[in-house]
Amino acid sequence: MNPVRNAVRTGARRGWFEFKQSLRSPQDQGFYVFMALAILGYLFMNRNNTVDFDQASFSYITLALPGILAGLIAFGLVMGPGYALAMEREDGTLLRAKAVPYGIVGHISGHVVSNTLGLVPTFGIILVPAAFIFDNVMPQGGSGWLTVLGVTILGILAMLPLGLALGASVPSVQKMGTWGMLPFVGLIAISGIFVPMQSLWAWVQVVAQFFPVYWLALGMRSAFLPEAFAAYEIGGSWRTGMTVAVLLAWAIVGLVVAPRLLRRMARRQSGSAVEAAKEQALQWVR
Amino acid sequence: MSMNHTSETIVEVSDLQMRYGTNDVLTGVSFTVNRGEVVTLLGPNGAGKTTTIEVLEGFRIPSAGSVRVLDEQPATAPEKWRAQVGVVLQSWRDHPRWTPRTLLKHLGEYYVPFTEPGRERPYDTDQLIDMVGLSEQADQKIRTLSGGQRRRLDVAVGIVGRPQLLFLDEPTAGFDPQARRDFHDLIHRLSDLEETTILLTTHDLDEAEKLADRILILAAGRIVADGSADELARRVTREAEVRWTRNEEQFVHSTPDATAYVRDLLAQHHDVAELEVRRATLEDTYIAMVQQFESGYAPDAALALEETTR
Repeated sequence: MNPVRNAVRTGARRGWFEFKQSLRSPQDQGFYVFMALAILGYLFMNRNNTVDFDQASFSYITLALPGILAGLIAFGLVMGPGYALAMEREDGTLLRAKAVPYGIVGHISGHVVSNTLGLVPTFGIILVPAAFIFDNVMPQGGSGWLTVLGVTILGILAMLPLGLALGASVPSVQKMGTWGMLPFVGLIAISGIFVPMQSLWAWVQVVAQFFPVYWLALGMRSAFLPEAFAAYEIGGSWRTGMTVAVLLAWAIVGLVVAPRLLRRMARRQSGSAVEAAKEQALQWVR
Repeated sequence: MSMNHTSETIVEVSDLQMRYGTNDVLTGVSFTVNRGEVVTLLGPNGAGKTTTIEVLEGFRIPSAGSVRVLDEQPATAPEKWRAQVGVVLQSWRDHPRWTPRTLLKHLGEYYVPFTEPGRERPYDTDQLIDMVGLSEQADQKIRTLSGGQRRRLDVAVGIVGRPQLLFLDEPTAGFDPQARRDFHDLIHRLSDLEETTILLTTHDLDEAEKLADRILILAAGRIVADGSADELARRVTREAEVRWTRNEEQFVHSTPDATAYVRDLLAQHHDVAELEVRRATLEDTYIAMVQQFESGYAPDAALALEETTR
């Protein structure tokens, strides 16, 4: 039996177990379900709004969903594993993984599985009613939903290694706000998810195009919005080839960089490091 | 695996040094552990016990010196080395939603490819849970375990892969007397039946005396004593204390030959009562040695100590 493959499989089962645990945990699901229901409520209130464009008219929901889905993927797969890893470094979970043969390999494969599955409940709560209750959400029909699936997969590949790299390198859980959340929210703000990018300065648009979040949102818009809407985008096109290329490039960069950062993180794990983190955390409680 | 259990050295530490900035924690630690031995590392707080054991576990890179554990340098050892080495960690709040059974089963799965003839890996989960006395809590969420139960789980996690060599850092901290007794039985069982070599740190001198074939005392950044509890006691003082009462009066006398002294005493007096002969305990030895090294530390102190007691 190959020990690496065994560890990957064991870790995948771990991810599945963690996912099942989080489904049963009111605390975890409370947040996601509340957020998803809030989004759904927002969409419901706007269900009869239409956007007129080029003699065509489509639902406001069609305009809102791409940004929402891109935001959920970006947020869930960067902040999710980022916070989880930073926490596990301090509570001893990672040290346990390090103490067993190929445990870190398994642990990371568990994160890939659990964080990917973690998208399912929120996506389900938002998309199932959106597709079946609201009218004409997806003007492009089946091919549009396939594009959503494809962009989601590319988005996961591009974002998850970033999240793991972040969790591996942030100094402590308490610093996650400054090191993780703040720059990431900034990135989302300039990536044209909730605010049209064209309303921002030209140099900000250039910066945003270096990062995957913009392309993720662009890909989602290309799935939902009518072809003619592409005229509003930078370059007047959906730039599908470029979207795939940039997201894949980020995935490759992530797959090269993240394992190094994870190895560095694993090297620094020790009982005393966990003990020091515990002391630190206890001071915060006081 | 070799059957030569008596003389094979599986841990070899030579002139291990550890420095944090300008703070020298370990100044030159040297010792060996042979296959099948149970060795206890004793020392005051801050002496570097945890640092030493973390270097051996491969969790810390030493500043200088050479360390070999099961023929590898721990810091750079391949993953398969991990299958031979068990580590009992001081857990805090990891895996709160798991149960002892799910966690042990999960961690055990990593060891499946490392089964060897005569050493099936991992332990059967039920057997392991039974061994550490967690049967009643096996399906309870880990966050609901008491401190002592959590430590039992830590021990179970440490041995789930049926290691050849087991490291334990203060394994009985927070144990009640019954849990401590159970733990000692478990250590004897691992040592006798599984031929596990064990290195543990403790503050509990009584525990060190009960468990260890050999005791190492770490003070002022190095090993200042290495031997069985008896040998160490003899090194500090050969005198024994004889106490008795006569006519409701108490007497105390120190002598190198307690047996002869008591024989004479009883021959001379017929009204000796409450007779008690007390040799130096490990605690006396330990306090004496640590005080000597921590107060007037000099490089030759170890030699000086041996000479004065001869």
